[in-house]
Amino acid sequence: MAPEEIAELLRKEFGDGVADSKFDTAHPRIGVKPEAWPKIARFLRDDARLGFNFLRCVTALDLLEDDQLSATFDLHAVRLPAKEGADCELVHGLCVEVRTPRNDPRIPSVADVWRAADWHEREAYDLMGILFENHPDSVIGPKGRHPRRILCPDDWAGHPLRKDYMFPMEYHGIPAVTEMGQTRPVH
Amino acid sequence: MSWIENRLEEGLIVTSLDWAINWGRRYSIWPMTFGLACCAIEMMAIGASRFDVDRFGAGAFRASPRQADLMIVAGTVTYKMASRVKRLYNQMPEPKYVMAMGACTIGGGPYFKNGYHVVKGVDLVVPVDIYVPGCPPRPETLIEGIMRLQDMIKNQTLARDRWQGAKEKVIATTPSFV
Repeated sequence: MAPEEIAELLRKEFGDGVADSKFDTAHPRIGVKPEAWPKIARFLRDDARLGFNFLRCVTALDLLEDDQLSATFDLHAVRLPAKEGADCELVHGLCVEVRTPRNDPRIPSVADVWRAADWHEREAYDLMGILFENHPDSVIGPKGRHPRRILCPDDWAGHPLRKDYMFPMEYHGIPAVTEMGQTRPVH
Repeated sequence: MSWIENRLEEGLIVTSLDWAINWGRRYSIWPMTFGLACCAIEMMAIGASRFDVDRFGAGAFRASPRQADLMIVAGTVTYKMASRVKRLYNQMPEPKYVMAMGACTIGGGPYFKNGYHVVKGVDLVVPVDIYVPGCPPRPETLIEGIMRLQDMIKNQTLARDRWQGAKEKVIATTPSFV
């Protein structure tokens, strides 16, 4: 199915849950509201017409101009080979974008729908600070429940890939920023 | 040799003993396998037949810090790794030497300016004896570094042992976390 048809199908099923979509780009994507995302994710996987059984990638974006953070889910529908040794067949692909406000970025986790989302969501939390709610690998932090960090140390402050991130001045006694270094990333 | 170290003036006995001990030490440097990033590939190359660091007595790569004399920090040290580097250094028996291999380890390298996660030089964490520049250094450069370390060991004397005297200082100048 083409992304336009899938968007039409989702709008018929979920109505307001579907946000603005973009189809005239190299990477056509369907916008989805955070509160509707777990239901839509389950529908995308389980509906016989769609059958998106493979989460390829989760990408987090910092949209500083719009004051939003976005998580982009790349989905593939893969048909398993009929006989052993044959290649998997790609039926169709889809990209879903979930946007959330920058000051309180919360998106429900879909790690129970696609297992691949587990580590991807942990990374998106670690580097971009998107709080995936009800993530299976969550810990209690000072600001409440959040997914466990995956790359940075557990006591790291901030989320390094955000555009307004400030580099640490020291970490456990090791000086970090020198007089020649930068205190923030350049984009 | 702790019963003799730092107890005697530099006399005849110590000098001759120095020569024998330093001869033994410098031709049996056992490095620790400590590959953190791409520099480790070059470090593996010196152990293989083409460059064969066994010719200089430094080919016995040990998997445990407790059996090693030389820590070749080969690769990018992140803040997450720094506490492990420190702990491994503390686990090494004396005499112990540290070689900072490659640009990242010497001063942060390409991550010096924009890296939020890289220690700007492993000498902020452990005391470094030899700096081997390069990105990554060629195996010949690393062998040169080992030979310079051998020169350094050659000039050591039991009368002025740097670990016995400097013990307090070395620990105090390095971070005191885990």
